[in-house]
Amino acid sequence: PVAKKYFEIRWHGRAGQGAKSASQMLAEAALEAGKYVQAFPEYGAERTGAPMRAFNRIGDEYIRVRSAVENPDVVVVIDETLLSPAIVEGLSEDGILLVNTVKDFEFVRKKTGFNGKICVVDATDIALQEIKRGIPNTPMLGALVRVTGIVPLEAIEKRIEKMFGKKFPQEVIDANKRALRRGYEEVKCSE
Amino acid sequence: MERVVERVAVTGAEAVANAMRQIEPDVVAAYPITPQTPIVEYFARFVADGVVRTEMIPVESEHSAMSAVVGAAAAGARAMTATSANGLALMHEIVYIAASYRLPIVMPVVNRALSGPINIHCDHSDAMAERDSGWIQLFAETNQEAYDFTILAVRLAEHEDVRLPVMVNLDGFILSHGVEPVEFYPDELVKKFVGELKPMYPLLDTEHPVTWGPLDLYDYYFEHKRQQIEAMENVKKVFPEIAKEFEETFGRKYWFVEPYRMEDAEHVMVALGSTNSTIKYVVDELREEGYKVGSLKIWMFRPFPKEQLQELLNGRKSVVVLDRAVSFGAEAPLYEAVKSALYEVAARPMLGSYVYGLGGRDIKPEHIRKAFEDAINGNLIADEQRYLGLRE
Repeated sequence: PVAKKYFEIRWHGRAGQGAKSASQMLAEAALEAGKYVQAFPEYGAERTGAPMRAFNRIGDEYIRVRSAVENPDVVVVIDETLLSPAIVEGLSEDGILLVNTVKDFEFVRKKTGFNGKICVVDATDIALQEIKRGIPNTPMLGALVRVTGIVPLEAIEKRIEKMFGKKFPQEVIDANKRALRRGYEEVKCSE
Repeated sequence: MERVVERVAVTGAEAVANAMRQIEPDVVAAYPITPQTPIVEYFARFVADGVVRTEMIPVESEHSAMSAVVGAAAAGARAMTATSANGLALMHEIVYIAASYRLPIVMPVVNRALSGPINIHCDHSDAMAERDSGWIQLFAETNQEAYDFTILAVRLAEHEDVRLPVMVNLDGFILSHGVEPVEFYPDELVKKFVGELKPMYPLLDTEHPVTWGPLDLYDYYFEHKRQQIEAMENVKKVFPEIAKEFEETFGRKYWFVEPYRMEDAEHVMVALGSTNSTIKYVVDELREEGYKVGSLKIWMFRPFPKEQLQELLNGRKSVVVLDRAVSFGAEAPLYEAVKSALYEVAARPMLGSYVYGLGGRDIKPEHIRKAFEDAINGNLIADEQRYLGLRE
């Protein structure tokens, strides 16, 4: 196999938790940062609550490959009830497993058998407190930016302003930015 | 006019809807529930927000959507719709009628599997079921191409030597819901390129009354079909002219096919749509390993670019064709067309047929590599249909 050309992320969530939107927002921010980008969802049954996946590829060169991401650099799990050994399939121990949970690294390690770096953030509570809705994708995005440095946090903030700016009042935009920043600040990683 | 492009990360559906906004057709008719696509959702919003002055007709079925578009086009309007999978299948009867009336309708089709069993994911069975309907069929590899073809298709459909409807095919989910960078051209530039429709024999021209859709039996039906065949042949002459103008206007070059690393390639893979991206990725890998491989993307499937294929594939060691559809009891549609085109070439390559990705089954670099390896090892049998990524 040839050297890896792109940075790859695999999102696991349930339909309605915003994995697709988060992956899309990340792609938009990375494009603005001058990168080549890809974001695409993989739907199973099209209904709220069904497990789904979404993918990102980000690179310094034009991205050609279009198949599902099998060897991600990061696995993001938006719903801890999806944790199982299958969820870290293809994730090498140099990679990162980022999980939305109130529990600790040991819980995640036990559920998945993953021996690499585990990061946890209580994204649902942050979302409930700041956005007043249990859609944890924005704080997860903040946490992802922190643990990967893939784009500057400000780039995501800009996207939030642009995306919500047309449809929502300023307080909604501010709430989302606070949720993003708290995800960024409150994520904790094992070593 | 200055060409300042806006580079954005969007889904294929959004890219196509944006092209439709810029084209601003007189009429769009669509059936607004599953199996629809976000294209119509986006476009309906443009209509609701007053961004376009298009008459949007929400109808009660896909059959009615195509009927309404046929009526509008016959009246002299620039008319569009968009559909997918079983929606296209339900249009089927009127799809043929649109072509036989020589109506320059443009229809983006998000390619998805036909049921059953029920499946919503990508394959080309919907487009292939309309292969012989008399529509021009373009296939996009990327969201950029889906956007570009939607614009280009208007000119192709409306050219007076063609006057045929065009399907702009884009792979379901992979492109329609996949986000990647697209360069949008300025509105004025797109509007200038597509220009105004010149209606031919419009129903609304009451000074010159005409009849559309009369009975046409053994006396003239055959002659009318002959004219339709001629119109399709004319696409081969007209398309390069429009593509050239497109390139001069927007800076992107299109043709019937796109050769990739073909100069000295001994083994060539032929395919439609988004899979060409992954094929190019594997071609690059194999080239790095010293293999003389290349690929040939089919941008235009109908009319089929037979002469271009003959010229480009004559004398190659082998040609591998990937199909995302089957024809039960016969060869897969793209393979059949390529094989038939190569019947008369002087130095006929070895041929291999590979079916992949039905119902959205993921096509991975390793699958494509496997098919290339068969070609490189001389392990191809022209009369054998093989499968990639299938449990047997």
